[in-house]
Amino acid sequence: MTLTSLWPALAAGGPAQLLPARQQMALTLGFHIILVPFGVAFTFLMLLANYRGIRHRDGDAMLLAERWSMVAAVLFAVGAVSGTVLSFELGLLWPRLMGRFGAAYGIPFAVEGIFFFLEAIFVAIYIYGWRRLRPWPHFWTGVPVPLAGVGGTLSVVAANGWMNLPGGFSLVNGQVADVRPLAVFFNRAFWYESIHMLLAAYIVAGFMIAGVYAAGMLKGRRDRYHRVGFLIPFVVAALVMPAQIFVGDVMAREVFHKEPAKFAAIEALPTTGDHVPETLGGILTSNGQVRYGLRLPSGASLLAGFSPSTRIRGLDAIPAEVRPRPELVSAVHLSFDVMVGSAFLLLGLALWFALVWWRRRDLPRSRWFFRCAAVSGLLAVVALETGWVVTEVGRQPWTVVGLLLTRDAVTTSGNIWLFFAGTMVLYAAIGVATVLVLRLLRRRWRAVGLAEAQVPYGPEQPEQPAAREVGSR
Amino acid sequence: MTNFIAVVLFAGVVLYAVFGGADFGAGFWDLTAGGAEPGRHPRELIDHSLGPVWEANHVWLIYCLVILWTAFPGAFAAIMTTLYVPLGLAALGIVLRGSGFAFRKVVVRTAEQRVAGAAFAASSVITPFFFGTVAGGIASGRVPAEGGGDPLRSWLNPTSALGGALAVVVCAYLAAVFLTGDAHARGAGGLEAWFRRRALLAAGAAGALALGGIAILDSDAHRLFERLLGPALPLVIVSALSGGAALVLLRRAAPRLTRVLAVIAVATVVAGWGVAQYPYLLGTHLRIGQAAAPTPTLVALTVVFGAAVALVIPSLALLYVLQQRGQLESTS
Repeated sequence: MTLTSLWPALAAGGPAQLLPARQQMALTLGFHIILVPFGVAFTFLMLLANYRGIRHRDGDAMLLAERWSMVAAVLFAVGAVSGTVLSFELGLLWPRLMGRFGAAYGIPFAVEGIFFFLEAIFVAIYIYGWRRLRPWPHFWTGVPVPLAGVGGTLSVVAANGWMNLPGGFSLVNGQVADVRPLAVFFNRAFWYESIHMLLAAYIVAGFMIAGVYAAGMLKGRRDRYHRVGFLIPFVVAALVMPAQIFVGDVMAREVFHKEPAKFAAIEALPTTGDHVPETLGGILTSNGQVRYGLRLPSGASLLAGFSPSTRIRGLDAIPAEVRPRPELVSAVHLSFDVMVGSAFLLLGLALWFALVWWRRRDLPRSRWFFRCAAVSGLLAVVALETGWVVTEVGRQPWTVVGLLLTRDAVTTSGNIWLFFAGTMVLYAAIGVATVLVLRLLRRRWRAVGLAEAQVPYGPEQPEQPAAREVGSR
Repeated sequence: MTNFIAVVLFAGVVLYAVFGGADFGAGFWDLTAGGAEPGRHPRELIDHSLGPVWEANHVWLIYCLVILWTAFPGAFAAIMTTLYVPLGLAALGIVLRGSGFAFRKVVVRTAEQRVAGAAFAASSVITPFFFGTVAGGIASGRVPAEGGGDPLRSWLNPTSALGGALAVVVCAYLAAVFLTGDAHARGAGGLEAWFRRRALLAAGAAGALALGGIAILDSDAHRLFERLLGPALPLVIVSALSGGAALVLLRRAAPRLTRVLAVIAVATVVAGWGVAQYPYLLGTHLRIGQAAAPTPTLVALTVVFGAAVALVIPSLALLYVLQQRGQLESTS
């Protein structure tokens, strides 16, 4: 996630803190965003398994729900604290963003606070409620968690959308005045950005979890427990995938209309014109030429306006002093291509599954399907990260488009390199520890085996273990 | 309107000090509980008591941050560009603490538990210390309104030292009182006595620090000193009285009442700081009214606050009630 490290030229013209501050933000946001889908969407999958477990007396699903809640507990804790760091960084790294625009930009975060509260409260009740709460009440204590996840995602992304298309206030002598809170929250980038991220959370969580069980099935663990563990997350992610492609397509056109500079970077388009080809891959060189790319004639014009004669504004339409450097344009362009490419690969995997299921009502038999499924979660994370590179790097050199340059938003105090170094060490340790702890859980559960595993709500429902036999055959 | 939002903000500070503080304090006792064998039972109780609630309690910090930067953006930027050293360290401490706690619950080998536990416990002491120094820097007027104040002397000064030390001790006191009650509820007599002794110790230390603090504030933050003994005096007296009463009751084992008294003791002393500082947000150079965001922003925050009261308070109550009734237990 330290993509910006490849382009030290970024710091040109800004204070010494600019480069490390951007690195730090990229690292911590890139780290945190991987955990977000687990609070927002994984908890939904967990409740699906729990529902199935109670409703259909499915012991496998019940056991999965309980184990998933333990995984969610670890990831939610790391997500909560790494999210807190981002709040601090808004002030520590970007004080002139907050100082000048906090009165408007802060509002969506205040709304998010409520959802974070609800999420933290009910996630705890749910995770710690397995032993003593009765099955249905326990299930219902979990329901607010994914709902709060939706609200939280919409709120935080509302703030991000506001940076791309600021609105809902006026500037009087450089001061924020005449704030219209609803217009701040429901800014012109709000709907497409927030829904895109929400769906992304479900895709990442779904494919990640499905991938774990796909890997298990490749190693020969093809029992019902693994089937259910694979099917619930995979089906959810596969259902969301086409919707995401549709939303992404609509969104690209919205960006074309509303954020022309970002669109020019996405398309790596040096000069304004019509019949613009869609360039796949390639980089923008310093003399303004696109090299190594594969060009589809009039592709970009067709996608943006349904007609080859659609005129697309190029980088030359951006005033030279705020025109993004070619290296940044290449980063945005390639990230976009990687994101879209990954999304179509995932869609292909979903269609593969759908076709086989439609014809045979069963999982594909091919080992290649499970190999692909095993890495689908990583591919989804790649799409998530590159998507954030597109929106964040694609906004440069602005922090608040048209109003605040990143080099003017950054702090001018302190040695951010030290802070960055400390953060890197800490995050590396925590990243490694998180993986180790999750592997430890897996090893422990595997050692317990399915036959001896204690099904949740066991003591209260003596008939439950009967369902267990299905899983242990 | 601006005063109302300032109260809403400060209420968050008080609630974070009380609930977040009790969780930090538990880390203090975790750190000082000794080796793996003698410390096993106290640590088990700490795990059991903190597990379900620490994340919810932690959100009060986020609440304070979002209200501060939305309602008083300039002051937020000023604090952040001055006190960035302790705040940056506190942010990293929070990460270490939360992850360490979550990991310790999962790992089983003593060596691994020790590493995760040490991370949790040490950062539970360091983090409130840094927050205390931040409070001291703000209270003693060392944050200029335009920001960029002295990066070292703003938090390496007598009032900050007092704030940091007091924060650690007060957190430890709260935690010991809470955990005495939890041990009582579980019928663990030995453990109850173990934490009761520590509550008394921490209370003594807090009292001594508070007395010594009078001299420090008199010389280092004179306005704060005068106002604490002026308009804020009733709060200071209530704090001292309920703190003392809690100690007496602690011996008689009346956990619920003791807890309420300990909470009052801490809440009133933090509120006393707020009253003493009024009507200034920073030192004596930035008034609350001058620092406030435009009115529509404050109205929006009031609406959000109303929604929070309607949604969050009952949910928190549910969480605490379920926990107190022993309905929340770790599955592992």
